[in-house]
Amino acid sequence: MKQDDQSRYKTFTRRAAVLGGGQALLLSALAGRLYYLQTVESERYKLLAEENRINLRLIPPQRGNVTDRLGRPLAVNQKNYRVLFMAEQVPDTKLTLEKLSAVMPLSERELRRVLKEIKQKPKFVPITIRENLDWEQVAQIEVNSLDLPGISIDVGLRRYYPFGPEAAHVIGYVGAVSESDLTGDPVLQLPGFRIGKSGLERTYDKPLRGEAGTSHVEVNAFGRVIKETERHEGIRGAVIRSTIDIDLQRYALERVGEESAAVVVMDAFNGEIFSMVSAPSYDPNMFARGISTAEWNALNNDPMDPFVNKAVSGAYNPGSVFKIATALAAMEHGIDPTRRYRCTGHLDVGEDRFHCWKRGGHGWMDLETALIESCDVYFYEVSQLIGIDNIAKTAKKLGLGQLLDFDLPVQTEGVVPTKDWKFGTLGHKWKRGETLVCSIGQGFVQTTPLQNAVMQARVLNGGYAVTPRLMRMIVDEDGNPVEEEQLNFEKLDIDPVHMEFLKRGTDGVTMDERGTARGSRILEPGMSMGGKTGTAQVRRITLAERATGVRTNEELPWKERDHALFVGYGPIEKPRYVVSVFVEHGGGGSSVAAPIARDIMAETLRLDPSGIKGSRNLAEAANLGEIPMTVERTGQRTSSQRNAGTAGASRPVTSGRTENDQ
Amino acid sequence: VSTIYRFGNRSGYELSAFDNPTLNFSDKLREMPWTLFLLLTAIAGFGFLMLYSAANGDMQPWSGRQMMRFGVGAIVLLTAAFIDIRLWLRFSYHIYGLTLLLLVAVEIKGSIGMGAQRWLNLGFFQLQPSELMKVAVVLALGRYFQNVSFDDIRKPLHLFIPLCIVMAPAALVLRQPDLGTAVMLLMGAGAIFFVSGVRLWKFGLVIASGIAAVPIVWQNLREYQQKRILTFLDPESDQLGAGYHILQSKIALGSGGVWGRGFMEGTQSHLNFLPEKQTDFIFTMLAEELGLAGGLLVLSLYVMVLVYGFIIAYKSRNQFGRLISIGIITNFFLYIFINVAMVMGVVPVVGVPLPLISYGGTAMLTVMFSFGILMSAYVHREMRIQRTQPGMD
Repeated sequence: MKQDDQSRYKTFTRRAAVLGGGQALLLSALAGRLYYLQTVESERYKLLAEENRINLRLIPPQRGNVTDRLGRPLAVNQKNYRVLFMAEQVPDTKLTLEKLSAVMPLSERELRRVLKEIKQKPKFVPITIRENLDWEQVAQIEVNSLDLPGISIDVGLRRYYPFGPEAAHVIGYVGAVSESDLTGDPVLQLPGFRIGKSGLERTYDKPLRGEAGTSHVEVNAFGRVIKETERHEGIRGAVIRSTIDIDLQRYALERVGEESAAVVVMDAFNGEIFSMVSAPSYDPNMFARGISTAEWNALNNDPMDPFVNKAVSGAYNPGSVFKIATALAAMEHGIDPTRRYRCTGHLDVGEDRFHCWKRGGHGWMDLETALIESCDVYFYEVSQLIGIDNIAKTAKKLGLGQLLDFDLPVQTEGVVPTKDWKFGTLGHKWKRGETLVCSIGQGFVQTTPLQNAVMQARVLNGGYAVTPRLMRMIVDEDGNPVEEEQLNFEKLDIDPVHMEFLKRGTDGVTMDERGTARGSRILEPGMSMGGKTGTAQVRRITLAERATGVRTNEELPWKERDHALFVGYGPIEKPRYVVSVFVEHGGGGSSVAAPIARDIMAETLRLDPSGIKGSRNLAEAANLGEIPMTVERTGQRTSSQRNAGTAGASRPVTSGRTENDQ
Repeated sequence: VSTIYRFGNRSGYELSAFDNPTLNFSDKLREMPWTLFLLLTAIAGFGFLMLYSAANGDMQPWSGRQMMRFGVGAIVLLTAAFIDIRLWLRFSYHIYGLTLLLLVAVEIKGSIGMGAQRWLNLGFFQLQPSELMKVAVVLALGRYFQNVSFDDIRKPLHLFIPLCIVMAPAALVLRQPDLGTAVMLLMGAGAIFFVSGVRLWKFGLVIASGIAAVPIVWQNLREYQQKRILTFLDPESDQLGAGYHILQSKIALGSGGVWGRGFMEGTQSHLNFLPEKQTDFIFTMLAEELGLAGGLLVLSLYVMVLVYGFIIAYKSRNQFGRLISIGIITNFFLYIFINVAMVMGVVPVVGVPLPLISYGGTAMLTVMFSFGILMSAYVHREMRIQRTQPGMD
């Protein structure tokens, strides 16, 4: 027994020592591991800990405004009141939503969406119940706030276009960032961030956007912000001062009325666009507040294409407006402008007969009278002599059938045909008769209303290759110019004598007794307009129809009616402003387009947008070399006077709504 | 030797080989290993500090209650320490039986009630029988091996009862399911088997059959337990899921560096990246805030306690005292090792608290109670107990 206890004790002693040793070993291993983690690996884990803890958040920059040429805001940021639901402060979700419904009725759909979001999101993430509240709703919720724990009103910013549809195609609109917009700027990934989707909003999205600020926030494992450790304010987007004169813009849109039309008013010398209208228009605010499918479909399926900017994206037969190019081409290729051709009402080329618009013919026509009366046969004759390729060369020189250096992203090239062009695209050889058709702006010829304006400007400004511009300057927050484009237009090879002949012809269109737009001359003293009418036939007139009598436009369905065009300038003595009017299926150029052009030109001369900043025009004069004097000015006017002067046509600018709220 | 002499003088007995000293209250008070008690208090003090920090500098809700529990635990400890070791020996089977009953009760209640409930509500605190079982098994095994001769231990037949003693609660605990406690029960018992003199090849056999049983055990593990083990084997595989805890724990711990981020300055734990910072992962928080220095200091305190435990085992003159000392101290070691290894990603996350520091009532009371018995073994270390002592049964 004693022996047994002894050996029991001995074994115990030995084995306990082994056990203790084993434990010591294991604990040493742990201590070693602790040492390893906290010294060797420490830096790595410190970094990981920082990454865990510090969260870089972007502060979206405030988007810059777009203004008209006088600084009147066309696109601003407006306060957007939202009702937020803070789940962690709401004691009873159902009861609170019921109470809220009593103040601000919630639809079944809204309620379902909100409940779903409450379920999905962490409790500390605010959930937007509704956006774009009006004042009454805000007030009612505020009044009942004691009854609505966890319901709060939050103010965000939303793009607002105070003039609605009036400059929609020029300014464009902003929209949610799509996959293809992602360019690496992290601010684009912020929820709810908007970027320019069309118009100037899109072209100048970069300067308008500004630079995002950053906020370093300490977050916990659930992403809840504990505190902000660092903050860098972003840079507000710059202001884009456009060349648009919103008074003129508004007038032009109202003037075209119900028509599907485009109007461009441009400075012939520096290319500034004072008005660019495409009718019908749409309200870009629809996109900011969210457009419904029904609204979208209605606009999208409208045969008058409200979303298309017809001034730059629509290419149409220019009709007789093209005769300006043909006439210049003729002179440049050896046709004596005083040489006369006889119009008998038609011209036979081979077996085909080409008609003049005037059935009985115009008799003997020289270049000037052919422009005044828009005689087709004269141009048939000269185009045969010089050929289509020479016409195309001159037309291209004048800016037709090409993409112009311009601020709007979507442009249509149009077509100025040549023999090679036809063979290249259609695979057929050029036919002689096609030269005749094209010489009067029919057939293959397609131009945009903007190109027409540019053509007119280039033959008036002394032959400078002026290009249109919509952006006057980029201005920073304090109104100092950040960027101003330097104008330096190329001098085109156009003989001043030829330009003089052209001008005499186009002056006569309104001023001459026989002019096609005689009825649309400006009668007001001190104002005048020259120009060229155009009527583009969109259907083929068959021989049979000619025999029984051509149907008038009124008899035709809208889609088959002629396009009505006019390009003009004013004042005649010292042309400065160019106007281009296009009325889709509007009927005749002289009966429909010219009167519109007359009124818009008269309004332009009245507003005189180019004369507003005399000093700036002098600077441009230096840049451009010789420049004709600006039109007679009635002295500097303030914008309030201007508003008063056009009160009939315009509604007062509601200053309260356009103010920029930070 | 001097103490023995003193006992003899005090009690007036002439000490022979089979005479036991009689200790009165003041003797026991003097013999109490106060250093050990001080060490335990120091460790618990770290716990109070960390719990105070975990609550962002507030006694509520953890630190204050933990102090109260430590106070109650200290009373339990001292009471247990004063009780004669022979009394513990005598009632060890009763304690074991009662605890096993409680465990079964929890099991029944749990299976009727809602899922994995591991505790009984005793009003003022919630008793977790599986924790208490860690001490009860040690007592029962100590008693069994106390009465078995060295030769008998070497016979396989005599291992049947002690195996039952440990396997029955282990199986129940595993069913709860509580892998950590089951592992601790088995390993704690294993240590007693080992020092009792069970042949080494038998351990080999158990280990071999254990390995063979891995597939069967795997089948019976709950999905979350399987996931924990898989995550442990490859923590990077599931960084936001189950691997998250281990990874975040390592980040917090590693980022502490040598001197730590400072008391109450631990970013990871205060920002809740660290899971269960007041219970199972409190060591991570400690190491993040107090650094390697603080971590090693606490580990050293633990080591001192362990060393003290071994000294008690060696000094004990009865087999029961030796065995329960080894059992208690091994349990304590297992708590520390599993917990610290777990938060450092060395072993899977099994839910074992850091003794005396982690917030939790039962673990605190169990540990204090077991140290009470350990101290009792020290106070009564001179008691000689016959292998089969009549009248004690």
